[in-house]
Amino acid sequence: MELLCPAGNLASLKAALNAGADAVYLGLKDDTNARSFAGLNFSAPQLAQATQLAHSQGRKVFLTLNTFPKPGHEQRWYQAVDLAAQLNMDALIVADLSLLSYAHQHHPHLPLHLSVQASATNLGALSFYKEAFNIERAVLPRVLSIKQVRDLAKVSPVKLEVFAFGSLCIMAEGRCHLSSYVTGQSPNTGGSCSPANHVRWQDSGSDKLTRLNDVLIDKADASQQLGYPVVCKGRYVAQYDHDAKYLLESPTSLNTLSLLPELAQAGIASLKIEGRQRSPAYVSQVTQVWRSAIDTYLNSPASFTEQPQWSQALAKVSEGQITTLGAYERQWQ
Amino acid sequence: MAIRESMKISLAPISYCWSKADVEQFYQHVATSSIDTVYLGETVCSRRRELKFADYLALAHMLKNHGKHVVLSTMALVEAQSELNELKRAINNGDFSIEANDMAGVYYAHQAKIPFVCGPTINNYNRASLDLLHQKGMYRFVMPCELSKDWLQAVIDSGSQLQYEIEVLGHGYMPLAHSARCFTAKHYQLPKDQCQTICQRHSKGLLAQTQESQPLLRLNGIQTQSAAQVDLISQIPQMINMGVDYWRISPNKLADVTLGDTLATLLNQALLNDNATLQDTLTQFEQSNTATHHCNGYWFGQPGMHFSEQSAAS
Repeated sequence: MELLCPAGNLASLKAALNAGADAVYLGLKDDTNARSFAGLNFSAPQLAQATQLAHSQGRKVFLTLNTFPKPGHEQRWYQAVDLAAQLNMDALIVADLSLLSYAHQHHPHLPLHLSVQASATNLGALSFYKEAFNIERAVLPRVLSIKQVRDLAKVSPVKLEVFAFGSLCIMAEGRCHLSSYVTGQSPNTGGSCSPANHVRWQDSGSDKLTRLNDVLIDKADASQQLGYPVVCKGRYVAQYDHDAKYLLESPTSLNTLSLLPELAQAGIASLKIEGRQRSPAYVSQVTQVWRSAIDTYLNSPASFTEQPQWSQALAKVSEGQITTLGAYERQWQ
Repeated sequence: MAIRESMKISLAPISYCWSKADVEQFYQHVATSSIDTVYLGETVCSRRRELKFADYLALAHMLKNHGKHVVLSTMALVEAQSELNELKRAINNGDFSIEANDMAGVYYAHQAKIPFVCGPTINNYNRASLDLLHQKGMYRFVMPCELSKDWLQAVIDSGSQLQYEIEVLGHGYMPLAHSARCFTAKHYQLPKDQCQTICQRHSKGLLAQTQESQPLLRLNGIQTQSAAQVDLISQIPQMINMGVDYWRISPNKLADVTLGDTLATLLNQALLNDNATLQDTLTQFEQSNTATHHCNGYWFGQPGMHFSEQSAAS
């Protein structure tokens, strides 16, 4: 079972490799990936350096191309595909049909991983991408219960990768317009959810407020912590109600450590850590814990138990210091 | 300028959980309206069983007998094997084409050689992707709701003439996201597996406002909608000139059938008329029909919730 870790820059890449990642995923410094933040990601020469570094240690490196090419600008995405092939990278993570088609036709030997942004949640969708583009792997959206993951793994025509830890996206990924409804930019169109230039942290007397393009996402007194303002984790007032509540989800992170044995038994090929936008310290901490957990499990599957120090370490780097199993757990749904 | 070609009015599937009696009454009105095309079926949640597949099929035949073009719509988020079976059943109905709202719909329709419409939740963001789906059997696509007029024009202008039809959501609450979690059940503190289809209480979703009383979202089971209704009535003449084939209404009340009927009648008359006259009529119509909370931002490349006063001539 592969441990796949995020790298937003060379320092994070090194942190991931040092802490025991089997593979890392990263993106270019433009809108070809959905973490298009200032100061993040790799130039073409840096990508070459990153690939060389990972390969020199016998690790894999995947290029994330998970946005959807805009009409008239497709060349930027095609060039990124060509670059990955030229650098001998180990896989592309792609969501868009035209891009899958381009990569499959021009670089048939470059493995394709279906991005979570393609939102393939079932056998029919996976079969479509396998037959049309010979994808080797698919990343499952965070909408399936553990039972559904297990059932799908039994029949899937491709290897499966799941999110193990990190920020929790609660919508079917790649089909969420909440960010663009408020800001005009979505991961699909602009390369980021809740882009930082629309975010405002305000102090209003005794209250702290977070706004996204002027829309009030959350409000709290000094004793409470506010999360980064994304639409799905705001506090709103429902019709016929008076109090503001987290109607969709509260600021929390996904942590599936307790599901590790089940994911392994289901035959999941890769565990993905979210967080290309996070610091090298985060990458290092999370990678260490998951390396340790996976190794402990593989050494003795029958006696595996989740160790308290792992969860403590992960809680420290989690949003709101709260973690959940998200949709894996039917009750959450 | 003369009208390029007629544009037709289509009715999206009802996205809420209405009682069987309400649904049947609704489609009786649709049957006698001038609306051209009707999409039918449950697209949001398989736990809603007020109408069974056979009931939808009966409605489809009733509407067909009234001269409507009927398309059977399928689910946007397909997870369980039982949902896949239901999807295949819809595809193999024998009489009607389908609206695929998940790539599984595309896959099984292609396998069965059934022509299909790509609904708004299929990620079509460029010409090459659309052309590829056309090769698989897509004969029409509904523009994903976050895309704009400029995006559509770029798609139309790139390459040869489109071999498939264009449909744009012109009126109604927009589907913004789908989740495994049922937000309506969560609000009522019910587990999803014992939800009692509580979403039936809210015939147009449950409004969620910010703490500054700004309407933001509508919670519709596992679906999150916009709190504002998209309104592109004043854009109709321009959309006709661009080559939009279908102007979609996503209904949340009986009055939306009246709206569709009025617009369809106007469009039929407009064939004998010119664009300026149609524009005047529509502007008057829009002014007398403006509800409190409208938006059109996406069409103008802005945040979806914005309302821009740009005229049709822009």
